[in-house]
Amino acid sequence: MVLISDMNFDVKKIRSDFPILGRKVNGNDFVYFDNAATSQKPNVVIESISNYYKNYNSNIHRGVHSVSQEATEAYEGARLKIQKHFNVRKSCEIILTSGTTHSINLVAHGFRELLNNQDEIIISGLEHHSNIVPWQMMAEKNGAKIKVIPLKENGQLNMKSFDKLLNKNTKLVFVNHVSNALGTINPIKYIIDKAHKHNAAVLVDGAQASAHFKTDLQELNVDFYTTSAHKLCGPTGIGMLFGKEDWLNKLPPYQGGGEMISDVTFEKTSYAELPQKFEAGTPNVAGAIAFGVALDYLNNIGFENILMYENHLLEYATEKLKKIDGIKIYGQSIDKTSVISFNIDGIHAYDLGSILDKFGIAVRTGQHCAQPIMDFFNIPGTIRVSLAFYNTKEEIDLLFDSLKKGISMLS
Amino acid sequence: MRIDEIQNEIVEEFSLFEDWMQKYEYIIELGKTIKPIDNKNKVDSNLIKGCQSKLWLHAELKNGKVIYTADSEAIITKGIAAVLLRVFSNQTPVDIINSDVDYIDKIGLKEHLSPTRANGLVSMVKQLKYYALAFSKI
Repeated sequence: MVLISDMNFDVKKIRSDFPILGRKVNGNDFVYFDNAATSQKPNVVIESISNYYKNYNSNIHRGVHSVSQEATEAYEGARLKIQKHFNVRKSCEIILTSGTTHSINLVAHGFRELLNNQDEIIISGLEHHSNIVPWQMMAEKNGAKIKVIPLKENGQLNMKSFDKLLNKNTKLVFVNHVSNALGTINPIKYIIDKAHKHNAAVLVDGAQASAHFKTDLQELNVDFYTTSAHKLCGPTGIGMLFGKEDWLNKLPPYQGGGEMISDVTFEKTSYAELPQKFEAGTPNVAGAIAFGVALDYLNNIGFENILMYENHLLEYATEKLKKIDGIKIYGQSIDKTSVISFNIDGIHAYDLGSILDKFGIAVRTGQHCAQPIMDFFNIPGTIRVSLAFYNTKEEIDLLFDSLKKGISMLS
Repeated sequence: MRIDEIQNEIVEEFSLFEDWMQKYEYIIELGKTIKPIDNKNKVDSNLIKGCQSKLWLHAELKNGKVIYTADSEAIITKGIAAVLLRVFSNQTPVDIINSDVDYIDKIGLKEHLSPTRANGLVSMVKQLKYYALAFSKI
């Protein structure tokens, strides 16, 4: 086993980059274990936003003046950073969206016109609500059938069932890279290769994956991939959709407006080239720039280091929490990110979450917007502890002690 | 006792606690001792929507006064429900309609009555009032 002390990873220094980690909550040091909901932001990201508004705020792509040029270059520069990070072939294959939900709706809207009532789409049983509803809305319009890959008891998707669901009518497979509720890493390479044999496209939601490891989208050969910046130390309201150029050309535009047109008369409008076709209106310029800065920040630390450190924390936390009487951990896949979803026998998640909050510890309780998964385990919800690279073993010790106190209060 | 008298009494009781842990221990104790809701009333039609834990509220009119009973899967929610029912149960519909829940702020449990908390207590207070309003028209 690699010890943290052996690693080139200075968590104390990293923590000093995040101003919020120094605050108090209910009189205690703030311990943030709700990273799967959103990550905290380092100073460089926060400052990049105020720097944009203080020094070069301007509308992009249309001004001839210098400041507009600067803003456009910074915005397009962010796209290039995203392209490089995900190893995407062409920058026009990166659409800047408001986030994962927006991206999925964009694709689902496009498939509304491309599919009919003979077609089928497959979605995984590990999906977040935001990932189920857009497809239901699509299916209401075009009559396509939605099939679901079932779960196994350990929180993994049942791949044998998936193989059986695929057929000549399958047009799209939609799966998250990592489950938000359980942290399970799904075998997306297998899913993509299998789906392609049936000429079905694959959309992968990478919102829960991108904060933990780097993904090479060319190697993956995925058709669509999406993530939200706020999960990886960037701001809210910005994210990206990768789509293979051919697919993005096939999809109709999602929203009409400025930027996305090339020629407009009252009779007909022709649409702009990629990526502008899908970027109607004035975009979130500051957000995009800050997204790029967040990627730089994480890449400077190094995703190998982040993953190794987080796995170490996960192992430490799992072993420690297992010592608590009556604990049941959901989603014990070997392939998982630093998420522990659990319940304590006889205690409601809400009660324990409320007491942890009093100790200054932020966890998520409830269904995690993934009711079907909770139904599968026949539980009303769980307590979810999601760790990030700026968390420490000391914080896990504090969680353990606070849990013990909470359990004794509630028993 | 009048609603405001009971509220003052509760505020006074809570002022004796030295820290949040004592307060929560008391709430948990209340949650354990609250008069249980009749099983026949623990039905879906009495469920309060929008909560992380199931919360039931039942109301009936007896001799001109509203009698509420409640239950929750979460013990803290149940304890706070008990603090609410101690004030509102066995009062006239008009008195219930004309009262407020400011005393919850004063005893430092405001966060549990926040609409973002999703524990159903805000909806429960609303529902309490709806029942009182409905009974006031009888």
